Amino acid sequence: MIPGPFAYHRPRSLAEAVALCAAHPDDGRPLAGGHSLVPMMKLRLATPDHLIDLGAVAELKGVRREGNGWVIGATTTQAALITDPNLAQAIPILRETAQQIADPQVRSCGTIGGNVANGDPGNDMPALMMCLDATFRLAGANGTREVKARDFYQGAYVTALEPGELLTAITIPHPPAGHGYAYEKLKRKIGDYATAAAAVMLTLAGGRITTCAISLTNVAPTPLLAADAAAATIGQKPEEATFAEAAHRAEAITEPTPDGRGPADYRTKMAGVMVRRALARAVARASA
Amino acid sequence: MAKTAIALTVNGEAVEALVEPRTLLVHFLREQLNLTGTHIGCDTTHCGACTVDFDGRSVKSCTLFAVQAEGAEIRTIEGMAGADGTLHPLQEGFREMHGLQCGFCTPGMIMRAYRLLQENPRPTEDEIRTGMAGNLCRCTGYQNIVRAIQFAAAKIAGDSLQEAAE
Ligand SMILES: Cc1cc2nc3c(=O)[nH]c(=O)nc-3n(C[C@H](O)[C@H](O)[C@H](O)COP(=O)(O)OP(=O)(O)OC[C@H]3O[C@@H](n4cnc5c(N)ncnc54)[C@H](O)[C@@H]3O)c2cc1C
Ligand code: FES
Ligand code: FES
Repeated sequence: MIPGPFAYHRPRSLAEAVALCAAHPDDGRPLAGGHSLVPMMKLRLATPDHLIDLGAVAELKGVRREGNGWVIGATTTQAALITDPNLAQAIPILRETAQQIADPQVRSCGTIGGNVANGDPGNDMPALMMCLDATFRLAGANGTREVKARDFYQGAYVTALEPGELLTAITIPHPPAGHGYAYEKLKRKIGDYATAAAAVMLTLAGGRITTCAISLTNVAPTPLLAADAAAATIGQKPEEATFAEAAHRAEAITEPTPDGRGPADYRTKMAGVMVRRALARAVARASA
Repeated sequence: MAKTAIALTVNGEAVEALVEPRTLLVHFLREQLNLTGTHIGCDTTHCGACTVDFDGRSVKSCTLFAVQAEGAEIRTIEGMAGADGTLHPLQEGFREMHGLQCGFCTPGMIMRAYRLLQENPRPTEDEIRTGMAGNLCRCTGYQNIVRAIQFAAAKIAGDSLQEAAE
């Protein structure tokens, strides 16, 4: 399978990349890891006339501490998220999630920016970014702006990115010490997108859940923040009845489409199961 | 379509070429450089038969454009044996431990295992299986592929081969 023809651009600086993307809002596409885009181009489901390769833009790569949070460059690979020792210590759920994406070769190319900008409901990072209350930095012809992950997703492949805009970095608030976390993903095999998956971040104090965020992958046209489900756990004991109520509320907001991974009602139930498991594991990992 | 000039290193040799931007890296290697050891299995980023080593990481060359390899250092299965034909310990391992049947997946398996053993020189069986999760084999059932990689890890570490074979 051979993609359609295109003009190839290889900017060396962020300014150049932003200008090129802005110059081709409708007929151009940024190329990050290419592991969602190139398969689409081979199938001719994507036929950009201009491809703007972000691979040589050093400013877009890497992880650093900034203020009370972390800044992750858009073209930081999923493999780098797994091996970065500081990140693994501070936000271990990033590594846990990245490890459940595809396989080593795909993770060595695929980037966090491409994963969140893609808009495919099957991608795992978007729900995680909602759970972590991450912010996306966007750059375009009219300057830069920030959009919360929780406000970014509008529909399948429809996001707050304007045509010609580039996602440059993701900022994540530093999670509290002693937090519990889990990303639970049900998949049929290695390299499969989720049948359903859930991310949980929480803290405990005095034998009760004090803060909690829950989000869901691939059970609706967009990733979902399960705010109601999380609210049901606050002030509660970390026990099965609490988990079951949260799972029940999470199931209520799903709208999965039936596909090879199962019928809609099955995927809804599995979203609940993933929430229960993720809550239980997060609690076990949290210091009380 | 206008061609783009690229300069890269393949198996230690400097290569300069003109490619159409849409040329996939695997097609460039096979058809322009005649390095047909790198196979195309699925053409959909699943099977890993097209795996090559690219700037110190394993990639599926069916899912990169050749133009992305500008300045890169690439190693393919043709670059594994010594100049005098001495097999790389991984090649020897696949032969000694019967790590292949039809052999179609083998170049990709060896190139992925080559990088895996640099990331983790003494992997456990579990680590080999997860480290090789992006490579599919329709023949062997994987058992002997795991043994072949264990053989190579032991040989590279200088362990007695008798031990590795057991
Ligand atoms: C076999 C296989 C299995 C997979 N399984 C999973 C899985 O289980 N879970 C999962 O989450 N993903 C999975 N993926 C997808 C993989 O994680 C992709 O790498 C990821 O979705 C896209 O990242 P990328 O860097 O490759 O982006 P690209 O493919 O380069 O880009 C994707 C899209 O985002 C746009 N884009 C990229 N970067 C930017 C930017 N900085 N600003 C604006 N727009 C941008 C591109 O123009 C394109 O439209 C799988 C892929 C394969 C091939
Ligand atoms: S041919 Fe590239 S992964 Fe199968
Ligand atoms: S030996 Fe035949 S596919 Fe692996």
